Amino acid sequence: MVKTKQLFAGLALMTFGLGTAQADYTLNLMEGVTSISRDVYGLHMLVFWVCVVIGIAVFGTMFYSIYFHRKSRGHKASLFHESTKIEIIWTIIPTVILILLAIPATKVMLEMDDTKDSDMSIKVTGWQWKWEYEYLDSGVRFFSSLDEASNKARQLNSGIDPRTVPNYLLEVDKPLVVPINTKIRFLFTAADVIHSWWVPDLGWKKDTIPGYINEAWTSVDKPGTYRGQCTELCGRDHGFMPIVVIAMEKPDYEAWVVEQKQQAVANASAADKEWSAEDLIAKGESVYTNNCASCHMADGAGLAGTFPAITGSALVTGDMDAQVDLMLNGKGMMPAFGQMLDPVDFAAVSTFIRNGLGNSVGDSIQPATIKALQGAIPATEYDDDDD
Amino acid sequence: MSAVVAEHEHDDHHDHGPEKGFLRWIITTNHKDIGTLYLVFALAMFFVGGSMALIIRAELFEPGMQFVSPQFFNSMTTMHALVMVFGAVMPAFVGFANWQIPLMIGAPDMALPRMNNMSFWLLVAGILMLASTLFMEGGAPASGWTLYPPLVLQTGAALPFAIFSVHLLGISSIMGAINIIATIFNMRAPKMTLMKMPLFVWTWLITAFLLIAIMPVFAGAVTMLLTDRFFDTSFFDAAGGGDPVLYQHIFWFFGHPEVYVMILPTFGIASTIIPVFARKPLFGYSSMVYATAAIAFLSFIVWAHHMFTVGMPMAGELYFMYATMLIAIPTGVKIFNWTATMWEGSMTFETPMLFSIAFVVLFTLGGFTGLMMALAPVDFQYHDTYFIVAHFHYTLVPASVFIIMAGAYFWVPKWTGHMYDERLARFHFWLSAISVNILFFPQHFLGLAGMPRRIPDYAVQFADWNMVSSIGAFIFGFSQLLFVYIMYKTVKGGTGEKVSDEVWEDAHKHSLEWSLPSPVPYHTFDTPPEKIPTEHF
Repeated sequence: MVKTKQLFAGLALMTFGLGTAQADYTLNLMEGVTSISRDVYGLHMLVFWVCVVIGIAVFGTMFYSIYFHRKSRGHKASLFHESTKIEIIWTIIPTVILILLAIPATKVMLEMDDTKDSDMSIKVTGWQWKWEYEYLDSGVRFFSSLDEASNKARQLNSGIDPRTVPNYLLEVDKPLVVPINTKIRFLFTAADVIHSWWVPDLGWKKDTIPGYINEAWTSVDKPGTYRGQCTELCGRDHGFMPIVVIAMEKPDYEAWVVEQKQQAVANASAADKEWSAEDLIAKGESVYTNNCASCHMADGAGLAGTFPAITGSALVTGDMDAQVDLMLNGKGMMPAFGQMLDPVDFAAVSTFIRNGLGNSVGDSIQPATIKALQGAIPATEYDDDDD
Repeated sequence: MSAVVAEHEHDDHHDHGPEKGFLRWIITTNHKDIGTLYLVFALAMFFVGGSMALIIRAELFEPGMQFVSPQFFNSMTTMHALVMVFGAVMPAFVGFANWQIPLMIGAPDMALPRMNNMSFWLLVAGILMLASTLFMEGGAPASGWTLYPPLVLQTGAALPFAIFSVHLLGISSIMGAINIIATIFNMRAPKMTLMKMPLFVWTWLITAFLLIAIMPVFAGAVTMLLTDRFFDTSFFDAAGGGDPVLYQHIFWFFGHPEVYVMILPTFGIASTIIPVFARKPLFGYSSMVYATAAIAFLSFIVWAHHMFTVGMPMAGELYFMYATMLIAIPTGVKIFNWTATMWEGSMTFETPMLFSIAFVVLFTLGGFTGLMMALAPVDFQYHDTYFIVAHFHYTLVPASVFIIMAGAYFWVPKWTGHMYDERLARFHFWLSAISVNILFFPQHFLGLAGMPRRIPDYAVQFADWNMVSSIGAFIFGFSQLLFVYIMYKTVKGGTGEKVSDEVWEDAHKHSLEWSLPSPVPYHTFDTPPEKIPTEHF
């Protein structure tokens, strides 16, 4: 029933056009919340109306001709087939229009490129399939990936109606937080393949490319939550790495930074303490769901021929060092989780897969051990100082 | 000289018809047979690529994942594009070239008939190898038809097969292009000077030069992928001192002219059909030729407009923006010329004309969105969204594909001597023209509203337009079965009505093929024609 209703709603919309659009719909580009995004929107509308006017002129002439100059109305063909004058006219007019469009476009382009005098910098690294944010001024650093509710609903035949999931596929576990009215310089790079970072409300997207540092800037002038997605095909879960930016008043933002720093200290001490196997397994289950289940499946059965099973795997039920080494450094399609997971999560999921999903090896590994191993990983080669 | 040879052969092969039986189609060197092979193969691939599109649209009918895994979805978008570009659209135009170029310039056959046969069978081999990757471990390539590294290097066992199939398709295209150039330069009837050639011949001549220039570039790019993967080179690997963006520059140096390979012959067929049904000469013949050449030239110097977001230096962004905007000028000239050709004509609206008018209108819409995305700062919003998907499908489906249909309806009475069912054909046209807009128009809204391309699932605010688009896709897809039925019926005898030699009223004034008998004999222009039509210049 719902489907039929939607179908009719869709068809009705097609018939009656823009007027009846529901609030959910946007048919046009959004104006956004930065001066750049409004400039871009203005340019978009300008070129749109130029096209509409040209379209009316060309199609108007054509349809007049189709209606009146038809054989069935007894119209005799005239045999003209050349006019240098008219050819020159319809070469020059478009040229003038193009020049008039190029001038404002150049202005916006130059403005977009001007990353000078920024107040703060955020480094964005694309990973398959999550974003890493690093605040270069305050040292805050975290990963941001698809939230658990969307992730469960988006599994093949999950039985969960996406309409019941708030902000389906546009929600993350940990959003990027920025202050308003602050010129923020973004630095973009990638750890594995090319991604592209796009929040429509900011007015642009930028590719994140391994070995490159790209720059862009923004200054949000309204507090709010702005959502976007990866827009460069980056593999299987390309459609499932959203971006959420929360813009807040400066004092709120500063409070958030302090909180993040305290959290980092707490995490560090959690990594140093002794964990019981039960606690690790309990924590590991949710880490598994968020990071591993999309390939190795929620029940650990994997996907024959493509993603190996965890259940009964010789590697997982064998020597723990080999398993941890693979998880740290990755191999082929298996991403290197060494830098993606903090020591507690890493130890938790390592322990979980050995003692859950049908496996029962009975051992566990401590976060402190992982921390030492992670310390030995050479720093990422994609450093910002080569820009 | 060619006249002498042709006359000599005429004596030798007086009653020489096609080989009997199935073998005729394997070993044929006849341009008409090879043209038919290309067209039938293209039609088959149109349905293979179309089925993949329907899998995509079925998955996107509703939010949530219902039918396929994300990895398979990515394989479908990749294979749909490769099959449609290299298996359907390009071969269809080569099919028309094979049939029509010798007939239009008064030549007995293509200049290099054996190579002609080989280039067809290499095409089949290339496409079969590409299709075989669907059944390999790790699945078919899933990195988009652009095959960008580093992502494409994560492909499983399929990678080398996909690369070799690109090599085969490239060799096939180059051989076809050489043949077309050799034919046009050497085999024209004595009075057929270059500036008297029908526009379809002109557009193919220019297209053939594009193909020879770009296919080796693509072959080079994919070969570098091959050595990066198997021989430890680092052309595109940043960790080894290479550059992933270099691949994109090389690819689009091929890729942008490649999209014009699919549109220039379209222009040629439209310029052939519209004057016949307007009963007027084509307006501005020479400016049409120059505009085609200008578009072809510009296609080589605008490639990085596909890469505005990779982070080029400002000078690069501005240059590619200005150069891209220039394309609007010669393209505009073409659209104005077609309109002027219709103006003050005495038009009738048989199916080929209907498809051609729909082409002019809908291609212009695709041109408008092209102009919009030429503006680099706005492209930062449009890039890699459904707005782009809508744009290039408007320039490919209601443009290239519609004109392929128009050409088939236009020439099939001449080729077979049978008339197609006009009533059914018009029904096919209206079904296609309406459903193609239900299919692609809503994708503009989706893109502007923020839906990225190449995603298997989407946020719920995109649900309604996706559903509309999917409904359009299924109507459009199944409507094309009607085309197969009409064509089959025509070949088998059509309406039974006897087709005149010129088929369409006064068509013989426009081009040479209409002075030949219907159906066209197996061998034509054994002696070059004395007189050539003068209507088009």
